[in-house]
Amino acid sequence: MNYLTPVFGLLFQETNSRVSAALEGIKHPDLSKFLVIAAILFIIGVAGVLTRRNIIVIFMSIELILNAANLNFIAFSRYLQDTAIGSPLSGQVFTVFVIVVAAAEAAIGLGIVIALYRNRETIWIDEIDLLKW
Amino acid sequence: MGWRTLDLGHWTLDLMYKYIWLVPLLPLLAAAINGIFGRWFRFSEKLIGAIAVGSVALSFLISLAAIYSYGFGSNQLWPRPYVSTQASFTWIAGGAVKQSLGQVSPETSAKPANAPKAVPTETGSLLNVQWTYQLDPLSAVFMLIVTGVGLCIFVFATGYMHGEAGFYRFFAYMGLFMFSMLVLVMGSNFVMMFVGWEGVGLCSYLLIGYYFNREEAANASRKAFITNRVGDFGFMLAVFAVIATFGSPEYTNVVSQAANYPVETLGHWGLMSWIALGLMIGACGKSAQFPLHVWLPDAMAGPTPVSALIHAATMVTAGLYMLTRTNVIFQHSQTMMLVVALVGAFTAIFAATIGITQNDIKKVLAYSTVSQLGFMFLACGVGAFVIGIFHVMTHAFFKALMFLGAGSVIHGMHHEQDMRMMGGLKKYMPYTYWTFLAGWLAICGIIPFSGFWSKDEILWNAASTTQIPLGWLVWLIGTIAAICTAFYMTRLVAMTFWGEARFRQHEHSMEHEAHAQKKEHPTPHHDPHVPHESPKSMWVPLVVLAVLATIGGFAGISTAFTGGKLVGGKMNIVNWMSPVVWRPHAEVRFGTIDNSSPEPSEANAAETGSPHGGFNLAHTVEGKLHSETATEWVFIIISLLVAGVGIGLGLLFYVKSPQLADIWSARLAPLYRASYNKYWIDEFYGWAFTRRTMDLARGVFAFDSKVVDGGVNGSAWLTRLSSLITGGTDKYFVDGLVNAIANFVTRLMSPIVRAAQTGFTQNYALVMVVGLLIAVAVYLFRAFSS
Repeated sequence: MNYLTPVFGLLFQETNSRVSAALEGIKHPDLSKFLVIAAILFIIGVAGVLTRRNIIVIFMSIELILNAANLNFIAFSRYLQDTAIGSPLSGQVFTVFVIVVAAAEAAIGLGIVIALYRNRETIWIDEIDLLKW
Repeated sequence: MGWRTLDLGHWTLDLMYKYIWLVPLLPLLAAAINGIFGRWFRFSEKLIGAIAVGSVALSFLISLAAIYSYGFGSNQLWPRPYVSTQASFTWIAGGAVKQSLGQVSPETSAKPANAPKAVPTETGSLLNVQWTYQLDPLSAVFMLIVTGVGLCIFVFATGYMHGEAGFYRFFAYMGLFMFSMLVLVMGSNFVMMFVGWEGVGLCSYLLIGYYFNREEAANASRKAFITNRVGDFGFMLAVFAVIATFGSPEYTNVVSQAANYPVETLGHWGLMSWIALGLMIGACGKSAQFPLHVWLPDAMAGPTPVSALIHAATMVTAGLYMLTRTNVIFQHSQTMMLVVALVGAFTAIFAATIGITQNDIKKVLAYSTVSQLGFMFLACGVGAFVIGIFHVMTHAFFKALMFLGAGSVIHGMHHEQDMRMMGGLKKYMPYTYWTFLAGWLAICGIIPFSGFWSKDEILWNAASTTQIPLGWLVWLIGTIAAICTAFYMTRLVAMTFWGEARFRQHEHSMEHEAHAQKKEHPTPHHDPHVPHESPKSMWVPLVVLAVLATIGGFAGISTAFTGGKLVGGKMNIVNWMSPVVWRPHAEVRFGTIDNSSPEPSEANAAETGSPHGGFNLAHTVEGKLHSETATEWVFIIISLLVAGVGIGLGLLFYVKSPQLADIWSARLAPLYRASYNKYWIDEFYGWAFTRRTMDLARGVFAFDSKVVDGGVNGSAWLTRLSSLITGGTDKYFVDGLVNAIANFVTRLMSPIVRAAQTGFTQNYALVMVVGLLIAVAVYLFRAFSS
């Protein structure tokens, strides 16, 4: 976000140190904040997968899990860019991959759900228990 | 000599010797064309005959031109062998030769002090067997015999084989034979000679068995092949020994090296004697000498042109070719020379006595061939190799003529071979009769027919030999054999051509009738009982051969007729061939006579006090007469008398008073039966070798079926038993244990384990999450605790 610096500088020429610190925090946010948000998203996703009965909702929860991982990738990518460890863009590349895979997965998954529904007339996951011994 | 260098481009007749490689190639090509395409495209007899005869005729012309350019051309090549470079290639590229033989120990030879020392090379040379044709005086003579007499016989065969179903096959074999024979006589090394040797053996087998649906012919072909194997075994050993001794199978190398070896005198048995023995065994097999002669009479089961070409004129003389080619080796072993002479003499008399009593016209000629080959061996044995080859040549002329004459008779008699069914054919077959007479006079040895010159020279050389002892015995046997020869040949002619016609008295065989019904002879009133003269394609070769049989002997005219000089220059076969024959050193020759200045005292010394002992007939006579020419004349008169006696006896027995034959055969019944049954040699071989081989085969079969098969079956039984035991163990013990354990585990564990399978997806997902949490917990715990 370095190209924004002259803009912020022009906007907040007369601000005090707190404001400038806050601006600094906005300009260079902590890695931990991203990680915490990602963790929360992950927990929500896992809880959804484990507790909800509707397959569609479980899908949505899986998307949350994937996006939590994406967030982590982006965050680390950004963080490692500053510390100049590794290739700065590799995290972002992985994110793009994950999005693509998620899209494909959604297409296939929803197709399966439709087929399932046509056969069983249900999308409640606790009624789909053919693997039981 | 302007025409000699007639320029066709840059080609001249003087360079024809460079084209000798065409000579064997053309018959091979013809054989390939006839053999491969003759059947596919159903060539007509005319085409097949034209291809075959044309190839041989071309070969003959090339041979003539090549030999002319070699011997008489302006390039002065004659005494040296010309080794073809144009068609030579490395045929067998071998490795280093370890010359394992050839160490000369002093006690093996009593060599004269001034003889050059033998130098066996220790260093190994590379064995590169070349496929090279060699033109030298010896191969030149044989090339002319093979292609020239072969041409006559090919022409004859086109008439004789007319109407045969296997016409193309016959000429394919014949062409292949010509190729093999030419390779045999034109090869420049022992290995090529061996290839030709086996090739002619194969063709002999194929052609004897030409009528393969006749059991007699099939058996005869096998007999010929197997008997020849015995000889080939000795020949092969000799070739190996030659390579191991001299490092190379090339003749030029062998001859030049062998000449340096010391002569193994009588009673000394060394390396040269071993090699000569192997070669002699090979020659005995191929040339039908005494212990191995049995195949040749049976070989008459083949078509008559085959008998003429292979079993009279060319192939059976391969042994003589080999003897003469290796005369250096033979002359280094006086013991083997004596063996060769005695074997030859014995075979000559032995076969001649059998020939007296045979009734099949071809059998008589076959035994005559064996006998004449014996004469040739005799000549080689007494050191007269050139005369042996001279007799090969004259014999090729008159014996091919007689065989073809016999073939013409058989043809005219509608496949009747028994002379008792003939008689009086003179009237019906004039060409055959008159040409046959020339052959008859030639083989009997009547001057000036060709056989006289060669046989007389053989006997003279036997009587006057200084190379071996017992020359007088060899001469005596040869002379008696000559009487027998004249006798049985007169008998043959008398029974076939003279006297009353006996063919009307007998019923005719089925094939005879078939022959007549085929209407091969477009005579309107063709009577199958009356013989007919053969077609022109058959009698023209007879006339050519008759001319050769009449005048061919002048190539080696006796010195007694020319004032003790060899006349004719290179046209005289003795001069022509002289470079081929190795001359032993004077002091190692048997006896001490120098032929150039015969002194009575020396002759007497040879008679009584020669270091090797022995009685020399010619020198004894010469001692009485004081003149070599006079001595020769004595022997010439003796051999003429001998021929006259034989012919006279024959005329007496079979023309003047035919009852005499029966009377004397009854009086000499044991001898007659022995001769008629060929001295029971076949029976003896059958008992001693064939039966014993069969016994051995039966024994081996019994061993195989009882012991070997028993062992195999026993081990199979054992295997089955052990598999039964192990199978039972596996089925009841191992499987039982496994099943017991599996049952136990299943019963006990399954309620616990299957409880985990709830079927609810979220249960599994929960397990995954819990596992993940545990993994993370362990990781964190390990990370923070260290």
